[in-house]
Amino acid sequence: MLTVEALSSHYGSVQVLRDFSLALAPGEVLGLLGRNGAGKTTAMKTILGLIRASGGSVRLDGVELTDLPAHRIPALGLAYVPQGRRLFGELSVEENLRLGLMVKDKGKETRARILDLFPVLSERLGQRAGSLSGGEQQMLATARALCLEPKVLLMDEPTEGLQPSMVAKILETVRVLKGQGVAVLFVEQKVEAALAVADRIAFVENGTVCETATPEALHADPAPLYRYVGVGQDAG
Amino acid sequence: MSFGAYFFLAVLEGTVSAFVLALTALGLSLVFGVMRVVNVAHGELFMLGAVIAWWVSQMAGDPLSGFLLALVVGPLLVGGIAIAADWAILKRVDYNPEATIVATIGLLYIIQQSVLILYGPDARAVEAPFYFRVQFPWFGYSGYKLIVAALSAGLLLATWYLLKKTRLGLYMRATQYDQETAQAFGVPVRRVYAAVFALGGGLAALAGVLVVPIQQAHYLMGHDPLLLSFIVVIIGGLGSLRGTLIAAFVIGISDGVISVFFSPTLAKILATLLVALVLVVRPGGLFGAKPA
Ligand SMILES: Nc1ncnc2c1ncn2[C@@H]1O[C@H](COP(=O)(O)OP(=O)(O)OP(=O)(O)O)[C@@H](O)[C@H]1O
Ligand SMILES: [Mg+2]
Repeated sequence: MLTVEALSSHYGSVQVLRDFSLALAPGEVLGLLGRNGAGKTTAMKTILGLIRASGGSVRLDGVELTDLPAHRIPALGLAYVPQGRRLFGELSVEENLRLGLMVKDKGKETRARILDLFPVLSERLGQRAGSLSGGEQQMLATARALCLEPKVLLMDEPTEGLQPSMVAKILETVRVLKGQGVAVLFVEQKVEAALAVADRIAFVENGTVCETATPEALHADPAPLYRYVGVGQDAG
Repeated sequence: MSFGAYFFLAVLEGTVSAFVLALTALGLSLVFGVMRVVNVAHGELFMLGAVIAWWVSQMAGDPLSGFLLALVVGPLLVGGIAIAADWAILKRVDYNPEATIVATIGLLYIIQQSVLILYGPDARAVEAPFYFRVQFPWFGYSGYKLIVAALSAGLLLATWYLLKKTRLGLYMRATQYDQETAQAFGVPVRRVYAAVFALGGGLAALAGVLVVPIQQAHYLMGHDPLLLSFIVVIIGGLGSLRGTLIAAFVIGISDGVISVFFSPTLAKILATLLVALVLVVRPGGLFGAKPA
């Protein structure tokens, strides 16, 4: 469904992504792991067109995305939960959700379904998004993206700074999406969390995917975890 | 006239100019808030509104139809010019904050000198669309000025409605807050920029149309509104709409009162000192983001 081939991108004259490739099938969950500065966020932003690709291709159901202006891409079915949440903090919870709903002109049913998934948000609709707690903000960032009813969800460190019960909630949401046939590409620092939900793990280093493996294979042989993420042999 | 009557007159005059100032400053504030562009040519868009009102009044049969026509033609034409300037100039320098300052200084002179060539150096009066006086116990007051205040209030409300209740307004506020994330939610940021620049210009032009029966149209008339708008936007807090409105009334009314009792120059001096004070004490403005 989503095919990324030999993607490259630059910040000014500095190349960050090089020959970055991956593919996602419907209902597949792919975890990106890599050290700080490896280029995971850059990869997501380039896929979304927020950073211009300097080479390579991104195709969603056969449609080439790298030629499109960034604002046309979400409506094709790509939703984004940015690193650090990036809510519109001065806007209300309701308005943050509305921005998501407007992308594909989704209405009340979508909104109700998503508020069912995150009931806390229904009590906070009028509140400024910036005044929510960290966990509530992450739920709102996820809910806002789900308002698009995306085919592919890109989540950049969705469990960053969350307590264990919230991490479990996010992972549960990923499983629900998978069940609905949504493809999920997520970046994760918590290796156990990544291995728990991913179908495959892709290791990123120096702006490229160096290796992919299944969680089972990594449980059997965690060497890549050590090499690309720096966790010990007992990890996972 | 007693002191009380004088004071009331001064407050009244100040309130009328505060409403017009609020319109002009709101335009400047929106453009800065959403686009991070300091539009030095903002006062020229105000002047264009006034000049267009004169031009329309020459073509229309009577003052009232000229006025009503100018209220439509002025903002539309100036909005169109703003969109053209956005496309031809601001977009080319990629909305870089420093480059846009230099670019809009250039735009200021282009507009000013074009008007000088086409319209001439004279100040020209436009007849007010209504003549009636509202009788207060101590003096009669121009009915037109009160209508200016009322129309400005209506336009401010309409802008508020646009920002808070429409899709475009939500797009504008999302862009102001985080333009990259806005794009990830389908917001056509470049088109929003053009719309904001047109809206800012349109508000300035409307202010120009409203004041021209009071002030006369002149190619240099954009200086004062630019200065006062900057004062208002800095005091109110860059990008804060509520702050802009409150500051417009504080500056507008005190400007009116001090001008009547002392002199307009002293009023400007005090306002400028207030700006300096605000910049020292609260660099983000009274209602803006607190300094980090
Ligand atoms: N706006 C920018 N301008 C210039 N360089 C940047 C910019 N953003 C990121 N970089 C550089 O690009 C490289 C990749 O950054 P990126 O944010 O993609 O890493 P990451 O894998 O997401 O890291 P983290 O785990 O810390 O989030 C880093 O070397 C970073 O310094
Ligand atoms: Mg990152």
